[in-house]
Amino acid sequence: MNELTTKTLTCIVCPIGCQIEVRLSENGQVKDISGNTCKRGYAYAETEFTNPTRTLTSTVRCKSKSERFLPVRTSAPIPKPKLNEAMELIKTIDVSAPIKMGEVVYADFVEKGIDLLACKTVEE
Amino acid sequence: MEYNMEKKLVVVGGGPAGLAAALEAKRNGISPDDILIIERDRELGGILNQCIHAGFGLHMFGEELSGPEYSGRFIEDVKNEGIGYVTNSMVLSVSDDRVVTFVSPELGFVCMKAEAVVLCTGCRERTRGALNIPGTRPAGIYSAGTAQRFVNIEGFMPGKRVVILGSGDIGLIMARRMTLEGAKVLRVCELMPYSGGLARNIAQCLNDFDIPLYLSHTVTEIRGRERVEGVVISKVDENRRPIPGTEEYVECDTLLLSVGLIPENELAKSAGIKLDRITGGAVVNQFNETSVEGIFACGNALHVHDLVDFVTREAYMAGKSAAEYIKNNGELDVDSEVVGAIVCKAVDGVRYTVPQQVVKFEKSPAELKFFFRVDNIYKKVNIELVSGGEVIKSVSKRSVAPGEMESIVLSAAECARLYELNSGELEIRLNKNETAKA
Repeated sequence: MNELTTKTLTCIVCPIGCQIEVRLSENGQVKDISGNTCKRGYAYAETEFTNPTRTLTSTVRCKSKSERFLPVRTSAPIPKPKLNEAMELIKTIDVSAPIKMGEVVYADFVEKGIDLLACKTVEE
Repeated sequence: MEYNMEKKLVVVGGGPAGLAAALEAKRNGISPDDILIIERDRELGGILNQCIHAGFGLHMFGEELSGPEYSGRFIEDVKNEGIGYVTNSMVLSVSDDRVVTFVSPELGFVCMKAEAVVLCTGCRERTRGALNIPGTRPAGIYSAGTAQRFVNIEGFMPGKRVVILGSGDIGLIMARRMTLEGAKVLRVCELMPYSGGLARNIAQCLNDFDIPLYLSHTVTEIRGRERVEGVVISKVDENRRPIPGTEEYVECDTLLLSVGLIPENELAKSAGIKLDRITGGAVVNQFNETSVEGIFACGNALHVHDLVDFVTREAYMAGKSAAEYIKNNGELDVDSEVVGAIVCKAVDGVRYTVPQQVVKFEKSPAELKFFFRVDNIYKKVNIELVSGGEVIKSVSKRSVAPGEMESIVLSAAECARLYELNSGELEIRLNKNETAKA
C-alpha cells in the first residue's frame, strides 16, 4: 500500500474555521478527511485538493449620481488559479445606473455558468 | 429648549445595528412614523457599505453575502416599512431625559424629546497616536478601515508596497484586497503570539497569497520625510516589549494599522451613561438598557463584534425592548415586578460579559443570553456560570480565543435556579481543567 501524506488546512466555509486533516495518496488523491464538523467542510477539504475555488468580490466602475464604483461578487466560487485573470477582466467592466442588487453585471464571468453580480442597488 | 420635532423612538446610527433595532421596534408595535433613524453618512448601511467581501449573513440568512448585500436587505425593509430616516445628519447630544439634538442639511437644527433612544453608534479604529509608534510623520499611514474606504468606495489605492500592523480581520481582508488590486503586501505583523482575526481569514487572505504573518512582532519606527519610505520591525518578548537586536528594516510606501476597534460612545457619555472599562461600551442589562432609563445600546457601540449576524440579533433585542418601554410607559415587563438585580462578573480567563447586569423580576425569564470574550487562547476548557458557589451551567469547548466572541444561554430551568440561589451575583469563568495554555 502506498504511503499517505497528511495535510492540515483551515476551513474557510464559516467563521468557526475548523482545522481539517486531509490524507492524500502519492498521486494526490484524497483518501481520508477528518476534523471537519459539517458536510460543507468535508466538501471544501475535498475540492481544496482537486479544484480549489474562491468567491471573488471586487468593484467595477459605475456611472451614477451617487456611486463611482459598484461592489460586485461572483455568483459561485471560481477556480483559484483564475483569480488574477478575473481581476483583469473586472477592470474592463463599466456599468451605469439604475442597477438592482443581485442583477447580473457580466454573464459567464471567467467560467461558464458563473456570473458577476451587483451587490448594491444604485437608483440613479 | 423648544422642541421642533416629535418622535417616540430615536435610533442613533443607520448601520446594521440601527436598521435592525428600528425594524424590530416597528414589528413590536411602534408606528413607522414614530421612529427616526439618524445617520451621519450620506446613505444608510454603515460600515458594511465598504465591506465588499463575502461572508456576512450565514446565521441570519444561511447565505454568504457581501457587506452591501447584507445591509441592503435591511435598508430595503426599512424603506418598505416606511420607517423614518435622515442621512447626512449628525446627532449633537443626547441627554439623560432623552432630549436629542441633531443637525441636518434639510432640517437644520432639530431638538426633540424621545420616549426611547437606541444608541447604534458603532465603533472607530485605534490610530497610530494611540500606539505611540516612534518615527517621522509622513503620508502613507492609514488605518485599515480608511484604506478599505479608499479602495472600495472612492476607488483609490493607498500605496504599492504595504506593511500591515495588526492581524485584526479588517487588516487581513485588506491584505487580500490590496494584493488583488496589484499592491505587494510584504507582511502582516502581530504584537500578540496569536492572531486577532478569524482563522479562516488567515487562510483565505494571507496563506492564499503567500503573505507572511509575523506573530510577536511590532513596528518600532516609521521612516520617511514626505512619504513612508520604510518601517523598522522588531520581535517582542512575552511582555510585548521589543527585543533589542531583532530590528529589521522593511522598505515600503504604506503602513496599514489594524490594531483594534473602540466603541464610539461620546453621546452615551453626554447622557451620563455608565461605561464598561473593558468593552468601552455601555453597561447594560438583559434588555440592552443602559444605566439611563429609556436609553438602549447595541452593536459595536456596545462591544465590538466579529460577526454582523450577532449585531443584528443584539439590535433586535434593543429594538424590542425600546418598543416595550414606549408601549408600557417606562416598564420593560408589565406582568412582573422588579425585585432586584444580579451583577454579572467576568473572572478566571473571561475578560468581559454583556449584559453586565440582570434585572430581577418576580418571575424568572424563559432564557438569558450572555456574550463574552476570553483573555487568551485556551484549549479544552469548560465555560461555567456560577452563582452563590453553585455551577448553574457548564459548557465544554475545544478551544477559545480572544478573537472570537463566545456566548452562553441559560434555559428557563437554569434561570429559575439562578433566581432561587438569590446571590445577587453571577460569575462567568473558564474552568481550565487541563491548564493547557497555548
